[in-house]
Amino acid sequence: MASAAAPVISADPSTRPAGGGISATAPQPLVSIEGVTRRFVTRAGTEVSALDNVTLAIERDQFVTVVGPSGCGKTTLMKLVGGIIQPTRGLVRLNGAPLTRPSRRIGMVFQRPILLPWCSVLDNVLFPLRMLGWPIAPRMAQARKLIELVGLRGFENALPMELSGGMQQRVSICRALIYDPEVLLMDEPFAALDAMMREELGFELLRIWNEQRKTVVFITHSISEAVMLADRVIVMTARPGRIVMDVAITLPRPRTPDTEFSDGFKQFVKTIKSAVYAEAKSH
Amino acid sequence: MKPLLRRTLAEYARGALAVVAILVAWEVLCRVFAIPKWLFPAPSRIVEETWAIRGVLPMHFAATLSTVLGGFALAVVAGIPIAVLVVYSPFLRRVIFPFLLTLQSVPKVALAPLLLLWVGYGQFSNIIIAATVAFFPIVINTATGLESVDKELLELTTSLDAGTARVFWRVRLPWALPYIFSSFKVAITLAVIGAVVAEFVGSDKGLGYLILTSSGAMKTSVMFGVLVLLSLLGIASFYAVAWIERRLCPWYMPTGAETQAT
Repeated sequence: MASAAAPVISADPSTRPAGGGISATAPQPLVSIEGVTRRFVTRAGTEVSALDNVTLAIERDQFVTVVGPSGCGKTTLMKLVGGIIQPTRGLVRLNGAPLTRPSRRIGMVFQRPILLPWCSVLDNVLFPLRMLGWPIAPRMAQARKLIELVGLRGFENALPMELSGGMQQRVSICRALIYDPEVLLMDEPFAALDAMMREELGFELLRIWNEQRKTVVFITHSISEAVMLADRVIVMTARPGRIVMDVAITLPRPRTPDTEFSDGFKQFVKTIKSAVYAEAKSH
Repeated sequence: MKPLLRRTLAEYARGALAVVAILVAWEVLCRVFAIPKWLFPAPSRIVEETWAIRGVLPMHFAATLSTVLGGFALAVVAGIPIAVLVVYSPFLRRVIFPFLLTLQSVPKVALAPLLLLWVGYGQFSNIIIAATVAFFPIVINTATGLESVDKELLELTTSLDAGTARVFWRVRLPWALPYIFSSFKVAITLAVIGAVVAEFVGSDKGLGYLILTSSGAMKTSVMFGVLVLLSLLGIASFYAVAWIERRLCPWYMPTGAETQAT
């Protein structure tokens, strides 16, 4: 069923058009997910497969988005790469080394900002350093710079409850960047925001990505958001979570609000949409 | 801001007016129907006879106050660590909870003579009795607060490979503070009850003792006066805790304050 859903691009990573990184001569991928299966036991006692034999290689500095219906294991995938949970089968590698515990080279942004309500914006940004046990002083300037980068200058001492949802999510992005991780994992970070704020923050994220040059894995259920941001879109299906499509988004950068009116953009959205719906129908 | 202030003042004035009206009605009824003072004394009588024992009142008041504060402090010092143990160790949870429930379901008045036997007569046993009455909500609420931390926030700390102690001091404990303080507000009023119970059972001073002896001597007016003092003590200590809460948890707005702000 996977092959039928992906007429243009094969689900097999080895024949993927955009830099597969599987061949021996290619540089080592930054993150590689190798045949990962993750099962959960539900409260009723039945076993559910959240991810089934997923293989994926992510190159350094790539902006990868993962789209799919809810329950397709996107979040599970992110938690696996973040080292929060371990695979039932298979292996996740970071820079070639097996990832068996959380790594400070990975930063996470969640759907909700989950800031500490008693801490100021600045203290929330510094929070990971406190958890890592790193000294604060050397990174103070960096924290202020990040806050300025997301347009929150002047709000350093504000409490989260004094900020809007969009501003809070900006703080949580700064928090993920403060310890300078190589990979930024984002799990539907803008899903709780209204459409306009969502678009605005998307472009802001691209600007930050351009400036800081990170590898970004961005999970979303919005196909147009996925295409707009990404170098590469991974399409997943639900139950069990599987990759059915892997598309290189060749649209020129920088992307602007006009990008979404281009024919290329529409074509990518159409291709991905048909894959998602074909999958949904076959279930 | 200004209209709000005016409204608040108006509300206070209305409250005060209601109290005065009730007192006046009470006084009038007592006089008109000539209700005997040992049965239901008029406010003027209460003030008069309570004022007559003003020499010993401060001592009794201080005794009860120190029992309340001591019992509350002991409940906090015992309750919070127990809550932490219960949250972090499923084994201890299984061991401790049945004990706590048993202790909670035993009436403390019934427990008081036993404590007197063990600890001896005096302030210390009073403090222990007040503490046993006050500490249950502290344990329950603190445990609930420590466990209510946002799951994703904990995942974030996991992704940073943070140690248990760091997560406790920097995340769990501050997160639980509003829960802890709301239990403190319950506990401090329970400590007042516990102190009076202790003074009823075995003591030679305190407001509870005063009520007991006045009742024996049919001095109903003094009983009323002491009751007023007791409730003042309870209210004052409640607001003291609420004041500290506002200082320590400014990010947390109790629902009452929220409705007032709108």
